[in-house]
Amino acid sequence: MTTLAAPRRKRRPANSVWGVVAWVAGIVFVFPVIWMVLTSFKQEQDAASNPPSWVFSPTFDQYAQVFDRNITPFLLNSLMASVFSTLFVVLLATPAAYALSLRPVAKWTDALFFFISTKMMPAVAALLPVYLLVKNLGMLDNVWTMVVLYTSMNLPLAVWMMRSFLLEVPREVLEAGEVDGAGLITSIRKIILPIVSPGLAATALICFIFAWNEFFLAVNLTATNAGTAPIFLVGFISSEGLFLARLCAAATLVSLPVLIAGWLAQNKLVRGLSMGAVK
Amino acid sequence: MTDVITRTDPKPEVVAPVKSGSAKDRWVRRAPLLPALIFAIIVTQVPFLVTIYLSTLSWNALRPGDRSFVGLENYVTVLTDRRLRSALTNTVLLTAGAVIFSMILGLALAVLLDRKFFGRSVVRTLLITPFLVMPIAAALLWKHAIYNPAYGLINGIFGGSTDWISSYPKAAVITTLVWQWTPFMMLILLAGLQSQSEEVLEAARVDGANAWQIFTRMTLPHLRQYLELGALLGSIYLVNTFDAVFTITQGGPGSATTNLPYEIYLTTFRKFEYGEASAAGVIVVILTIIVATFALRVISSLFRMEESR
Repeated sequence: MTTLAAPRRKRRPANSVWGVVAWVAGIVFVFPVIWMVLTSFKQEQDAASNPPSWVFSPTFDQYAQVFDRNITPFLLNSLMASVFSTLFVVLLATPAAYALSLRPVAKWTDALFFFISTKMMPAVAALLPVYLLVKNLGMLDNVWTMVVLYTSMNLPLAVWMMRSFLLEVPREVLEAGEVDGAGLITSIRKIILPIVSPGLAATALICFIFAWNEFFLAVNLTATNAGTAPIFLVGFISSEGLFLARLCAAATLVSLPVLIAGWLAQNKLVRGLSMGAVK
Repeated sequence: MTDVITRTDPKPEVVAPVKSGSAKDRWVRRAPLLPALIFAIIVTQVPFLVTIYLSTLSWNALRPGDRSFVGLENYVTVLTDRRLRSALTNTVLLTAGAVIFSMILGLALAVLLDRKFFGRSVVRTLLITPFLVMPIAAALLWKHAIYNPAYGLINGIFGGSTDWISSYPKAAVITTLVWQWTPFMMLILLAGLQSQSEEVLEAARVDGANAWQIFTRMTLPHLRQYLELGALLGSIYLVNTFDAVFTITQGGPGSATTNLPYEIYLTTFRKFEYGEASAAGVIVVILTIIVATFALRVISSLFRMEESR
């Protein structure tokens, strides 16, 4: 080990230079977000100024405006669609993942790949039949429609993720439990759940993020009653008569839950995004 | 029986776990899987079958009652339509552009973050933030706060009055997508870098290999699977890009940024050509299956590698 210490010490100044580069890169990447948050605290005339105004007296006016324009129902719809779909996903995916990992069914690889293949099917190909079906059922512009669709959208991801977490339950501990006479319920409650609960939380957070951010299905299947948070932003698409500061306040507000969820789950983010393939 | 999956086993399916069990035992094992499986089949497969059926009809919703079977005619229309071919080209350009650039940037950032420096976890948090911003919020932010010719940040800082979106529509969309997807690539590649064996790298250093040699001869080959995984998952997500096109350019100017999802959306909800939209949807699925076959191969190889660890 002592021979390895020498080259390490030599690289230290280089490391701090690269550290500065990394910091600069991080700030450049996050800058548009910082700008969005800053602009959300400006008055409209400061927001639309050229050159950009860096010094201004902060105001909450834009947030007040956004709430005056009734963003609350949109946020509540998003909350309902995301929370309930995440709940259903977890309830469906966890037993399925169990049957694909700890006590696997005969053709578990086929089932696993079936799930992931549904994730690969583009939503646009299913849009029309889903739209017609939902319309015939009288379920257009209904939050529960979105709950069902988001559940199916996130199910493969959750099955794969939960499976990868369940595989971490040590076989020996489960067997020791069985020898001690623990039934299925006891071993789930006492052995499996404590080990996979961080994984369960991470899976739920990632499903929540995808459901919260979903736009394509929401814009085509919802309107005033069940419109989710992204739908509130549609009104800001046209540049004419745009209120930039108000847009930034709304954008900050709707992004906030996912920013928080993502920061909390960042250690598990990569695992979820790669369906559990990368740890 | 079941410890098969936790062990190194390149062909786990060969050792079918329950061949010996009774029929009852097999159903007990299947029971937890069935609700999810049935739900997934109903919600994802049935609409697709309906799409295939609709694609054989001549059906425009503006002409009610007129719904006749036309066989493959919609496919002929769609495949010979200039708009669809340009949408296909645009999809490939937008997807490839976004994947390639976010991959390069993501690799550079992952290499930076793989070193130890002060505040590394803070920098990682900063870098993943763009990925967490709601996609349509990100698209609006870039459209209005950054690209806008009058009060956008680019012209505000560097001067000039370029209308970035109408002058460079594809680049404007790709830049926004790259900004959002670089963190994704970075996270996957960083996981790859961190799974490299530190001892092997030290040994190479002791043997006199310089940093560039180590990177090109050892790190890149090791990262290959991660690069493939990132590219394929990124492509699967980005092929479906809708938010950015819908928001930033509405497919324009002309049809310069109309990709397949946006084109199908227009055919469905603006032209109401249900038959043609379905045929286009089926074509998209076939193209996706081709890409996905490769994706599954990569994922399953990586997944075996993880399992053998």
